[in-house]
Amino acid sequence: MSRVLVVAEQQGGTLHKMSLETLAAGQSLGGELTVAVMGVGADQAAQALAGYEASKVVVLDHPALAVYTASAAVAALAWLITAEQPDVVLLPHTYQTRDFAPRLAARLGRPLVSDAVSVAMDGQGVAAERQLFLGKMAGTVRCDGNGPAIVTLQAGAYRADQAKAGTTPVESVKPELGELGPCAVPGEPYRESARTVDLSAAERIVAAGRGIKEEGNLEIVKELAEALGAELAASRPICDNGWLGMERQVGSSGQTVAPKLYVAVGISGAIQHIVGMKGSKCVVAINRDADAPIFESADYGIVGDLFEVVPAIVEELKG
Amino acid sequence: MIAPHQGFHMKILVAMKQVAARDSVLQPAADGRWIDESEMTYEINEPDAYAIEAGLQLKEQQGGEVVVLAAGPARVSSSIREALAKGADRAIHIEEDGLDGWDSLSLARLLAGAARIESPDLILTGLQSDDAGRGETGVMMAELLGLAHATIVMKIDVGGGVLRVKRELEGGWFQDLTVPMPALLGVQSGINKLRYATLMGIKKARTKEVKVMTAADLGVEAAPLAVLERLAPPVKKKQGEMIGGTPREQAAKLIEKLRFEARAI
Repeated sequence: MSRVLVVAEQQGGTLHKMSLETLAAGQSLGGELTVAVMGVGADQAAQALAGYEASKVVVLDHPALAVYTASAAVAALAWLITAEQPDVVLLPHTYQTRDFAPRLAARLGRPLVSDAVSVAMDGQGVAAERQLFLGKMAGTVRCDGNGPAIVTLQAGAYRADQAKAGTTPVESVKPELGELGPCAVPGEPYRESARTVDLSAAERIVAAGRGIKEEGNLEIVKELAEALGAELAASRPICDNGWLGMERQVGSSGQTVAPKLYVAVGISGAIQHIVGMKGSKCVVAINRDADAPIFESADYGIVGDLFEVVPAIVEELKG
Repeated sequence: MIAPHQGFHMKILVAMKQVAARDSVLQPAADGRWIDESEMTYEINEPDAYAIEAGLQLKEQQGGEVVVLAAGPARVSSSIREALAKGADRAIHIEEDGLDGWDSLSLARLLAGAARIESPDLILTGLQSDDAGRGETGVMMAELLGLAHATIVMKIDVGGGVLRVKRELEGGWFQDLTVPMPALLGVQSGINKLRYATLMGIKKARTKEVKVMTAADLGVEAAPLAVLERLAPPVKKKQGEMIGGTPREQAAKLIEKLRFEARAI
């Protein structure tokens, strides 16, 4: 029987929302499933995990794991993986995972497939699907079957509500971490500025992307937002340039929105943006590149020059 | 390691990649394992351009040297020249064909091999590549070299023998970290304003040193733990409707559909 290890992420006892997605992925593979969790609040998070079907929930309990550092996380998981010898290790593709999973793979000398959209196991081992070329291509990565394969899963790749309930025993173990080596010393997390715009409550959103080319062109998009009675938002590059405040950024590093209507203007649709708006009921994409991945998520797509199309829409709405 | 102080000569290595230009039309290659590279144009991986800029700014503040490290076929030399024209002092080119078929750990071994010879105070990388998009190679290098690291870095300050960096967390949160040197930092895209090469810079770049090595020189060969078996355009998840016609017609059809089909306005 195959062995699957899911590493859940939690903070202060609350599971990261992607943890249950990863658990659902682990369950879908069948086999013997271990779910590991660490850090301050891990006991509480483990109780939540114990309500799902698995073989066991393991709390990695060590003072060095209280606050996340890559070196302690890598040491603890390398220890657990060596002890458990799973065929596959699944993690949510969070910022934290991105910080340590490559180090873990290098420590173990095992393959890593990052940001996968699905994972499967067969007689030859683990295979995972992932996006390449900023979502313009899809690929299948096959891992060698000579030991554990590490796979991190993209937000929304599996559904948290598909995680099967159950009653799973929890055990606490103290990993042997050994010498930890040089490491970044973390400070307290903080927020930069209070948010003044709550995009998550907006009924309609018009968002601008790098296709608008210049700050002055934001005016065209603003006019569309006004004509639709929509909030103005943007993808990351626009906010990085300072053309719009960070509080109007939609995506993994900004806000997550789910309006009735989302109009993406000149946004190519990198996954970091998609995760922030894919809950929208109706998505309109306007882009000059017919291959832009945003069209994958669109209900209505217009391939064309936004500088012609957007004013025409405003005209139409006014007329 | 000398403690950084006024006039400390900081050796900064920037690992960069050359990738297909952002507006490229992509077709899978005949063997279905990578893209068709005939008639493709290439450029510096945009996330790496921010790492180069961060390196140049640190050198300007701190004094020191910026060395660019890139692996790939002969064509990569054009991107290396561009980085040198922007102000990097010299470069290392691991000239090797077929690296797109290598997995990230093999690539990290290759780059770490070259980095080990240089033993820099700081290694900078971009967030991820625009082609493979793994975001793994830099952090793996840190492990192979036994360096402290930080990722998704927004800001870098040097002083008192350590780096102080601002790291982006999820959902609008940040965190300051103290990182002992030597270290590897993966920088977030968009953290600085990219400079263009000046004419003088382009001229100077011609005479700057580019050390060419091979994987064999470094004693590294691909030991593929993971292989890209198949590459193809993605299957559409949502059966979206494409609206054609002139801009005017497109606008009229869209509004009609939003009003009466989606009832979103």
